Amino acid sequence: MAEVVVEHIKKTYKIKKETFTALSDISFSVDAGEIFGIIGPDGAGKTSLFRILTTLLLADSGKATVMGLDVVKQYKEIRRSIGYMPGKFSLYSDLTVQENLEFFATIFNTTIEANYGLVKDIYSQIEPFKKRKSGQLSGGMKQKLALSCALIHKPTVLFLDEPTTGVDAVSRKELWEMLHRLKRDGITILISTPYMDEAGLCDRVALFQKGRILSINTPKGIIKNYAYPLWAVKAVEMYQLMNAILKEPSVESCYLFGQYTHVAFKNRGGEQAILEDIIKRGTYTQVEYHPIEANIEDCFMSLMKD
Amino acid sequence: MNQFLVFVKKECLHIWRDRRTLFILIWMPVVQIILYGFALTNEVKNANIAILDQSKDQATLAISNEIAASRYFHLIKTLYSFKDIAATFREGKTRLVIAFPVNFQNDLLHTNHAQIQIIADASDPNTANMLTNYASAIINDYQQSLLKNEQLPYTIKTEVRMFYNPELKGAYNFVPGVMALVLMIVCAMMTSIAIVREKEMGTMEVILVSPLKPFRIIIAKTIPYLLVSVLNIACILLLGVYVLDVPIAGSLWLLIAESILFTITSLSLGILISNSVRTQQAAMFTSMMSLFLPTLLFSGFLFPVENMPYALQVISNIVPAKWYYIIVKEVMIKGLGFGAVWKETSVLLLMTFLLLAISIKQFKIRLS
Repeated sequence: MAEVVVEHIKKTYKIKKETFTALSDISFSVDAGEIFGIIGPDGAGKTSLFRILTTLLLADSGKATVMGLDVVKQYKEIRRSIGYMPGKFSLYSDLTVQENLEFFATIFNTTIEANYGLVKDIYSQIEPFKKRKSGQLSGGMKQKLALSCALIHKPTVLFLDEPTTGVDAVSRKELWEMLHRLKRDGITILISTPYMDEAGLCDRVALFQKGRILSINTPKGIIKNYAYPLWAVKAVEMYQLMNAILKEPSVESCYLFGQYTHVAFKNRGGEQAILEDIIKRGTYTQVEYHPIEANIEDCFMSLMKD
Repeated sequence: MNQFLVFVKKECLHIWRDRRTLFILIWMPVVQIILYGFALTNEVKNANIAILDQSKDQATLAISNEIAASRYFHLIKTLYSFKDIAATFREGKTRLVIAFPVNFQNDLLHTNHAQIQIIADASDPNTANMLTNYASAIINDYQQSLLKNEQLPYTIKTEVRMFYNPELKGAYNFVPGVMALVLMIVCAMMTSIAIVREKEMGTMEVILVSPLKPFRIIIAKTIPYLLVSVLNIACILLLGVYVLDVPIAGSLWLLIAESILFTITSLSLGILISNSVRTQQAAMFTSMMSLFLPTLLFSGFLFPVENMPYALQVISNIVPAKWYYIIVKEVMIKGLGFGAVWKETSVLLLMTFLLLAISIKQFKIRLS
């Protein structure tokens, strides 16, 4: 059953007479108990979408339901049973860790003890600092506390707006592990992130750009749909090599990816010969090249071009 | 109910943890009362004067002595010619010059007609007026004393009695004024800032997505400030009674009840402001411009409303502090009961209901 349904949602902002489209005709649905990732760069419209779904913002047009409830008309019912963690740290920095959690537990008519099991994994890590004011926590601990506060009332649907931004690699991993445990508890999770590498941890992802959905699929499905043969190339004279590759007509795209340059070819067959030919024509040292499987970011790059 | 209480507790913690603001909230009324009580007063004492005495006879010396001995004046200079007068004023220290012509006593006793010139620095018209009045009164006293033994055929003697404030103390006027001012600032400005802070910090976003009713959020946010205000009222009254000797002539409970009503009016104004601004600075600025200044100018505490042009008098009616100021004066200074202030009380009540209704209706259940 679809827990979150979005149909033709449009949202524009007016900033100094200039109209700026945050979301243009977005439709998708999220099944119950799914981790649905919304992946896109900054300014893709992720936060606007989350605010519309959490009843904080009205869309210009279109319809959306959460747990079958209309986000405009039945906002009160929705607010009672969702958890929302905004992208910006939104707790009381002058209250202690424990006071914050207690506050959010009480306004949702519950207690920390009642749902302690739900937040235990993550809250136990910040519990040693429970007397510390939340403003004095590190970035990662702040996010853990914010997540605990969003979870303390056992929401049916959890909206997490960029929970991993500014969080170290270890904490990110822990956060994702916890999300998978929550999923087993039957909580539906919508999570947005600018990090492509997190897409693989979602059940399904929607790739967002400039208010449009480029693709919705499982992470595997998105990779499977990648049409081009892909090679990774490396050399000391990377810049010259990239320029040479870009001039080659059979190359679809070429971009830096970590230490390597990823090269996508228009047609399958003969890629190695083309590469060798390019390398022969210049003087490059320590050249390396090998075919690779596309990852989400490659898919995103190619979708963005279309 | 539990939700509501935890919100109030949270709000109290915010105030308690922000020691600097709390300090200001508690001390502001104390400092204001002490400032107005001892430093900022429009009574004139020890004004510097100079005397130009061209006759130096018994009468002029007697008058000069009387004036110099009075607590209103302080003789700093003796002048010798009319030319010196302008120069003395230009120095800026002297507020008043008293000039006796030659043959003063002769003229007085033989022609029954003597003249004294009183020249005042009227760049500050109120002070100039007051000083010339004081000087004239002293001269009249002297004249009376000359006639002590003679029977005048017709005399009208004015018996003046200053009701409610026999000593003409400024404190009787400004204690009610400071009460209005302090309550307005603490309640309206602090509440508006407190609500806007949640918007600015992004916490509003989270509490909106909760089952809390907007109405309760508002009320919960105002309660701690109501408590601080009650503390302020107590502080001001204690200082007024025990330090400045302003008695509470009427019912203390009526005074407190009216003060709480005014506090609620101010709180509703604060909520209204917070609805329409986005940043704490804007909230502060709006409160300053729309509350602090009108309270200062239109409550009648610094400038009598009756002296204002008609248009401004009409405007002064929408300033809640004006009504509260009237109520406090009637109850505290004149000792009148509820019967004397029911009209003003109804105005405040009506304002409060209106403001609360508007602000609750306007409270945004979503982010704009």
